[in-house]
Amino acid sequence: MGRWASVPPASAGPFQNLGMKTKDPGGDAGFSQDTGVKSPWDSIFKWFTFLMAMSVIALIFLVGYELFKSSRLSISKFGWRFLVSSDWDPVAEQFGALPFIFGTLVSSLIALIIAVPLSIGTALYLTELAPVWVRAPLAFLVQLLSAVPSVILGLWGIFVMVPWLRENLFPWLRSAFGFSPLFQGPIYGVSILAGGIIIAIMILPIITSVSREIIRSVPGLQREAAYALGATRWEVTRIAVLSYAKKGLFGAVILGLGRALGETMAVTMVIGNRPEIAKSLFAPGYTLASVVANEFAEATTEIYLHALFEIGLVLLGVTVLVNALAQLLLRAFGGSGVKA
Amino acid sequence: MNASTIDFPVQMNRNESNAPGQNMQKPNSPEPEAHAIAPATAFQIGKLSVSFGAHTVLKDVSLDIKARSVTAIIGPSGCGKSTFLRSLNRMHELVPDARMTGTIRLFGENIYGPEIDPVVVRRRVGMVFQKSNPFPTMSISENVTVGLRLNGIRNKGILQERLEKSLKMAALWDEVKDRLNAASTSLSGGQQQRLCIARALAVEPEVILMDEPASALDPLATTKIEELILDLKKDFTIVIVTHNMQQAARISDQTAFFYLGELVEYAATRKIFTNPSVKQTEDYVTGRFG
Repeated sequence: MGRWASVPPASAGPFQNLGMKTKDPGGDAGFSQDTGVKSPWDSIFKWFTFLMAMSVIALIFLVGYELFKSSRLSISKFGWRFLVSSDWDPVAEQFGALPFIFGTLVSSLIALIIAVPLSIGTALYLTELAPVWVRAPLAFLVQLLSAVPSVILGLWGIFVMVPWLRENLFPWLRSAFGFSPLFQGPIYGVSILAGGIIIAIMILPIITSVSREIIRSVPGLQREAAYALGATRWEVTRIAVLSYAKKGLFGAVILGLGRALGETMAVTMVIGNRPEIAKSLFAPGYTLASVVANEFAEATTEIYLHALFEIGLVLLGVTVLVNALAQLLLRAFGGSGVKA
Repeated sequence: MNASTIDFPVQMNRNESNAPGQNMQKPNSPEPEAHAIAPATAFQIGKLSVSFGAHTVLKDVSLDIKARSVTAIIGPSGCGKSTFLRSLNRMHELVPDARMTGTIRLFGENIYGPEIDPVVVRRRVGMVFQKSNPFPTMSISENVTVGLRLNGIRNKGILQERLEKSLKMAALWDEVKDRLNAASTSLSGGQQQRLCIARALAVEPEVILMDEPASALDPLATTKIEELILDLKKDFTIVIVTHNMQQAARISDQTAFFYLGELVEYAATRKIFTNPSVKQTEDYVTGRFG
């Protein structure tokens, strides 16, 4: 009878064939330990990877330093006022970044509000609900969206989307939600809302494909546990899939946000490029990235050029800050999620 | 996630008062009278065949499973025992190209009837898996009560009562009663498996299916699970797939031996292990093949 003890455990059932990866939480514990055997390759490998990791960090600091160096005139002239002033008058040589910071943050926020439900919904459909034969082609099509060049999307935005928004969506929004200051005022078409919509389209593929990978990595056993309790498909998705994946999904959203903050070309073409802070989403706006791209060629005076470099520095700062905030948020509220 | 966020009650009408699982008792409590009225047969399985795509996994399996007893399913890997177990609560249907023919009746009711929702079947027939799979984002207590909350039960008192009862039945209460809100992942492997058993018990199923519930556990944890199974059969019908002959011999009342998708022999456990009628069974239980 003794030989029965050595029989390996049988398969976990037919669910193993669904291509879901099961992660063994304790499986990698032994690898980081010193095995006592010294190989020169181990330390070469270690230092090599360390160097790679450091060079990425060094690159960020180098970019920051260069931006800082090239904007020193503007920094010394305006100081912190640069961040809170709304003046942008190249003729009078008065520069303030506030309208651009505002435009960048608001258009990115709009993009997230539109793109996150769409992306996670798409990812859930692609992994949990769609018939197997449509999954790969559909995922490919979503990927294809990210291959559309920014400038093409911008052209489509100017000639198709913006007129449609002006004639249809915006008037409807104004009549339905006109009680809110967000949806009041004249409609030009080009607007901060149009910019947000374009950014949403651009960050949809990245959030969708990262979310899809994260949802796919939820162990099949988690789903089975919920099914075995008599959960419906939606309940399985909610208690076994989404709650398991929420931390990773949050990461996917942050990745999308990083993209959104830096989007340049297409946004520049539809946002209206007017440096003002308006309550209405129908009003034109301007982003940090757009102003740099738009005005670089015409920056004839040295202070103007330095102000644009400082805008670049601010964009870097905003991106880093938002990402850091997101990490803090994740630690504070997403702590119960499972690392993806 | 807390109780108030769950707002998808599913209509169920399985609370008939004479359903065997209704009469949940604490282990070691005096014999419940309900035994007398319990129907003798939980499952009647007739000519069950299951295939995945072109691959036939089960062929013409017919057997009756006694209520309030432990039925062990044994056989070498790939003999279809897991698929058999999963067909009893329609879990095999989760594989896209699964097909089945034949009939399975649970206390007389055809669970594959056209009007039967598999979701309702799975609430009557619970399942415990080979590898423990508590929901890692939920606390110990949330794991136990999640099935009830799916049923739309939100009353704190009822949840608390069932939580305690289920954990006591799963012999876990004493170990976790002071940290019910701790993460389920803070428990040891054996404790996690008992937590999964408690989670299955909490919805008061009539049958509990166990797919090698102790194969990933150390001997001590295995012993605890086996003792637990012997206790639970007072109130539940248990069908267990096991690779471990001694385990089948220790805890089951009936044993079914499967080989290559067919039921070779089904009899009282004592008979299977001491005096099997079929040569193949004898060869398997004595370790001559597998």
